[in-house]
Amino acid sequence: MRHIKIIYLFFFAFPLFAQEVDTIPLTQKFAPPSDVRAFDTPNDAGRAITVQWKLSPDDLLLSGYEIYRSEVPDTGYQYVGYMGRGISTIRDNRGVEDNTSYYYKVRGRTSTYEYSEFSPPSSSVSSSSQWYHKGKTNVLIGLPLFIFLIFWAVFQAKMGKPLFIRKIAGLDSLEEAVGRATEMGKPVLYVPGLSAISDIATIASMNILSQVAKKTAEYNTPIIVPNRDPIVMSVAQEVVKEAAIEKGRPDYYNPDRVFFLTSSQFAYAAGVCGIMTREKPATNLFIGMFWAESLLLAETGNMTGAIQIAGTDAVTQLPFFVTACDYTIMGEELYAASAYLSKNPSLVGGIKGQDYNKLVIFMFLALGTIFGLLGNNFIINLFK
Amino acid sequence: MRRTGPLKLCLICGVVMIIQFFIPHRFSKNLFEEAVHWLIVCGVPALVIGYYSIFHVHWTKIRRKREGWGYSIIIFAAVIIVALIGFIWGIGEKSVFMKIYQYMTMTMQATMFSLLGFYMASAAFRSFKARTPEATLLLIVALVVMFGRVPIGESVFIKLKLPNLVEWILMYPNMAAQRGIGLGVGLGIMATSLKIMLGIERGWLGGAGK
Repeated sequence: MRHIKIIYLFFFAFPLFAQEVDTIPLTQKFAPPSDVRAFDTPNDAGRAITVQWKLSPDDLLLSGYEIYRSEVPDTGYQYVGYMGRGISTIRDNRGVEDNTSYYYKVRGRTSTYEYSEFSPPSSSVSSSSQWYHKGKTNVLIGLPLFIFLIFWAVFQAKMGKPLFIRKIAGLDSLEEAVGRATEMGKPVLYVPGLSAISDIATIASMNILSQVAKKTAEYNTPIIVPNRDPIVMSVAQEVVKEAAIEKGRPDYYNPDRVFFLTSSQFAYAAGVCGIMTREKPATNLFIGMFWAESLLLAETGNMTGAIQIAGTDAVTQLPFFVTACDYTIMGEELYAASAYLSKNPSLVGGIKGQDYNKLVIFMFLALGTIFGLLGNNFIINLFK
Repeated sequence: MRRTGPLKLCLICGVVMIIQFFIPHRFSKNLFEEAVHWLIVCGVPALVIGYYSIFHVHWTKIRRKREGWGYSIIIFAAVIIVALIGFIWGIGEKSVFMKIYQYMTMTMQATMFSLLGFYMASAAFRSFKARTPEATLLLIVALVVMFGRVPIGESVFIKLKLPNLVEWILMYPNMAAQRGIGLGVGLGIMATSLKIMLGIERGWLGGAGK
């Protein structure tokens, strides 16, 4: 009888036991995620809900979590998203409507599509648009301070207070560069960058072009301005024309010398390189926004023996210009150039205002470093 | 009006965009998207002006038989032929137009881009000469970074932990300099925008600024 029991166990019960292990509802193998919390995504345009949950204790066995949404707590849940293992937040914006109540459930999923139980549903949540971005309060406080310091410096400059501006070699040499072209009887090439007029660097370039064109018009030295953007071309034409009129030489302006080349980046570079090798300008000015073509332009100009001045706020292109050009106007100097060249008190005041702002930022940096080292992150958190 | 109109428009648009920056509401988001669309719409007629400029420059060159006027004929021929091919056989994926784009335009652009490698070598050769203490420092740092970024440098200088040194150079001294420049650029952009909005800076307006 005992043997029969053993045989029975071996042939029937054990396979049954083994089968039972294999066929245990897999939803019970993994603990579900818990504490599902859903809330209206802050500081957004609405139609989005953020869902957070506590990871399953079996998180390492899962491949991720499936997130489900319903308008009623007990039924009708539909799949809205999936997040990988270890991640416990999702921003749901799939067909979410403002002012509609939603409930969320989350369940774990393995790489072989085995699932954990669903978590209990979240409490009711609805989305809405916000009228103020709370995360930008620091900017809201900093902006009036910035504007005040600029205005204060401009006011001081207008009152006649002498404001010291350090020497910028690249800008000091502009006069010399234009003079050289005049002596050699060759044109000045002005490349206003490859960006659109919406780029502040291009606007700064137009301001510098205004000063350069006044000098070339004064010396009657031809200026060539090839453009990549038609709107920039229109502005450049106006700027050169106005400079010529201001210097009493309206006939100096030639629309064929301020022209549109092409909107293709490398075709533009090839075109400008061609102008440099054919026309052999005595002076090349590369001022504005540049990308990969910067070295192609500057190196070709260097080979033709022209005096070269470059100015850009593109940090990645600065090394190329520093290498291949005689002078480089770096970063903020580009924005100071117009004031530096025109000596207009209002504009010079603006630069001084920038310096005051820099001082304020430096103070915060120093204080943040000191407090941070002492373990107090209050100042660092102000800028988050 | 020619003087004050653009300035007023610029001020209003600038102030509206500053306020928009602080409002995440859908209304504000739509306004911003609308402004971006307007920018694109404004760019399309400007393209016509651009092409007129090309036409004018090259037509004058041909008419006056200036040096290299033959190339201007090639430009007109290329524009007409490619446009006709596009109109007649379409611009689908396997069309002649796309083949011209893929096997001529793209190839020529790639050629220009690849020239960068040679130019970089010649620029580096000129710059990395130890004439002054600063240039010597630049040379040493450049050599360290170059060797540290290639597998051969890593294997040869394994005991020096060259990649770690390169990472340190890039993460600290290099990053500090980049952030310093970035900070100045940011302030410069803000100050220039403010000066443009308030009409203190008018150079970009050309004749309308006077």
